[in-house]
Amino acid sequence: MDRRKSIQTIILGAGASAIVFHGCKTEGDKTTTDIAHSSDPDFFGRTPEELERIEKLNAETLFNEHEMETIAVLSTVILPPKEPHGGPIEAEVPEFIEFMGKDIPELETPLLGGLMWLDHKCNTEFGAEFKTATLEQQKKILDPIAYHDTEVPLDEQTLEIQFFALMRNLVVSGYYTSKMGIADLGYKGNMPNIWDGVPQDVLDQHGVEYDPEWIAKCIDQSTRATIATWDAEGNLLT
Amino acid sequence: MQIIESPEVYDVIIVGSGAGGGMATKQLADAGFNVAVVEAGPFFDPADPKTMTQLKWPYESPRRGAGTDRAFGEWDMSWGDWEVEGEPYTQAEGTNFKWWRSRMLGGRTNHWGRISLRFGPKDFKGKTRDGLGEDWPIGYDDVKPYYDKVDKLIGVFGTNEGLENDPDGFFIPPPKPRLHELFYIKGAKKTGIPVIPSRMSMLTKKINKDRGVCFYCGQCSRSCSVYADFSSGSCLIFPAQKSGGKIRIYVNSMVREVTTNAEGKATGISYVNKEDRKEYQLKARVVILAASACSSARILLNSKSPQHPNGLGNSSDIVGKYLHDSTGASATGFIPGLMNRNTSYNEDGVGGMHVYSPWWGDNSKLDFPRGYHIEVWGGMGVPNYGFGFDANAFNEFFGAKIGGYGDTLRDDVKKYYGSVVGFGGRGEGIALKENYCEIDPTTLDQFGIPVLKFNYKWSDHEKKQAKHMQDTFEELIHNMGGQQIWGGKSGKDDDYGLRAPGEIIHEVGTTRMGNDPKTSVTNKFNQLHDVDNVFIVDAGPFVSQADKNCTWTILALSWRASDYIIEQLKKQNI
Repeated sequence: MDRRKSIQTIILGAGASAIVFHGCKTEGDKTTTDIAHSSDPDFFGRTPEELERIEKLNAETLFNEHEMETIAVLSTVILPPKEPHGGPIEAEVPEFIEFMGKDIPELETPLLGGLMWLDHKCNTEFGAEFKTATLEQQKKILDPIAYHDTEVPLDEQTLEIQFFALMRNLVVSGYYTSKMGIADLGYKGNMPNIWDGVPQDVLDQHGVEYDPEWIAKCIDQSTRATIATWDAEGNLLT
Repeated sequence: MQIIESPEVYDVIIVGSGAGGGMATKQLADAGFNVAVVEAGPFFDPADPKTMTQLKWPYESPRRGAGTDRAFGEWDMSWGDWEVEGEPYTQAEGTNFKWWRSRMLGGRTNHWGRISLRFGPKDFKGKTRDGLGEDWPIGYDDVKPYYDKVDKLIGVFGTNEGLENDPDGFFIPPPKPRLHELFYIKGAKKTGIPVIPSRMSMLTKKINKDRGVCFYCGQCSRSCSVYADFSSGSCLIFPAQKSGGKIRIYVNSMVREVTTNAEGKATGISYVNKEDRKEYQLKARVVILAASACSSARILLNSKSPQHPNGLGNSSDIVGKYLHDSTGASATGFIPGLMNRNTSYNEDGVGGMHVYSPWWGDNSKLDFPRGYHIEVWGGMGVPNYGFGFDANAFNEFFGAKIGGYGDTLRDDVKKYYGSVVGFGGRGEGIALKENYCEIDPTTLDQFGIPVLKFNYKWSDHEKKQAKHMQDTFEELIHNMGGQQIWGGKSGKDDDYGLRAPGEIIHEVGTTRMGNDPKTSVTNKFNQLHDVDNVFIVDAGPFVSQADKNCTWTILALSWRASDYIIEQLKKQNI
């Protein structure tokens, strides 16, 4: 059984009611061209040495099953799923966090130690592991560590505060670099496009305007396929 | 171990395939000469689907774009960065130079910012202007015809503005400014800082039948698969091959030294083949070094012989001296006016900035001698690792709580998306003899070649310039209605945020040109004073940096040197 499925099962099994799954819709106005299709998905631009390192990291296990489940539960408390773009589980945030914990070795100890702290604290207070505690109990554990004094550098704060800040960063980053997170954000780029300026309604919204003199110098996109020629002074003729 | 000699004698060997090497390859191959290009890294073509990173999504990688393997993030198209495995460099005590090396065909041109600025008339005559450094033995008029030809051959967008020290050229039209750039233009205007369209080598329209036109993905640092931006492979070396040039490319070949004969003339080079780890020799009538300013200096210094006991071309003891990088300092602002962005449109644009500020100041009225330009960045970029870290840190400016969790995090991410604008000052430092690289005899790389040791410290000139940058950025952020973020304004205690030398990756000057063989390494045609069949066409021969980037000048001077080499070869002078 693949690990992601098992995480989904445990979360649903644990009765975390806030979590509802929705298949991510890959709708959109994708301008497909040969360019976008010409790359080799097996490599994602890695050199053979880089691929080898990724494979090596993938073969290692950093978190045991309980820890992965705890990360899954914690990540959905940090960023609850929301229609229509799902949440951290669909975005494979726990897997991403495990990979980063191996890829950047400095993250390993704060992550492992923080997870232990979470269960210890939860057991002490409520006699339950964090992942099986109620949402109310989980929040009671998190509230004191989730709003740290920003005047004090993070590395001078207690481990649990550092842990939570790290987890929050990884959860938000992991979600918003996923297909669903990018859809939630609304980002429209990373595909072939013809840039022809900021739409008028956006200019109006932000109270700025184009200077006609400036715009007159810019590319007229209807001429982009015409080969450039100049006169002797550098004035563009075509 | 026996050194394996090749029987073939090339007309020209070119060491390195970046901007300078690529241009020399194109000119000499087009002129019919038999050329060997020797590159330390593997073959690279931006159009190769296997190595292509353009248009990858963060989720295609388990690390979502993090920079673990590549210093500028895993989509950046440079194989090699500040560190190259098995190829160390060392530092003199108390100094810190960072040396970027891209080990691949095309070198650093595959990932660079494509900011393509000509040096102006004043830039060639620094000493005349303020008594510091040295004048070049050539002036703008010597280089202008070549800048013109480079513009037309490679393509650069921009506008003719009639500025004295930022000369006009043969431009294609620039793209329109993005939203944050309109804020920048407005903010700069309040302070009287000029802003003009950027000058960058991406094709906003066709310049020939072979190269594609920009499709605005904003990813020039990933090297363009349709060749719509400049890289040495796609725009110089491949076209020269295509038009029938006699070019043999030796990849994964690490040059050790230039070989010489009893008369002291160069006979070729020796290199280590990285695949079989054996040493080979190639012969040629002319050797052109284009390995990058520091690598070419290293090759010269390692080329010791009875005729050249101090290293090749180093009777002056100037090789490696006068090393200098552009200065760099930066600041970042949170601009509330850019909050709550409408994400209904794609504003990727070209990679980097659509507008910039060329140097506007009068240094005779300031406490530092040379200028800088301002680069600006911002906008709704593609999220990668690190996106959303400290998602609601800007709550501080509204007296709201920072941190927390839950649904509000989503709202905060969206509210602040695209509201950050960054400023980079890139300026001219003074070339000093005391800043240099030399051979460190105690350390070898994995190919048995002695490595470089760096010795470089900024002077007060650069620190005062960085202070001016910080004051300017503060004013710009204020004018844009923003707040300085990420550590706030840099001050005296951190040298005003002045980056370590080398970090701007514009290092030049190690084999400077001049008319006097006692104080310079090459003549005004990039030819060694000591050995007439060795030329250097990277940024080593630069007498001084300018408040510009160096690539367009490397290209122009390499073309100019190539014309001279062709003429000398035809006359059988070399």
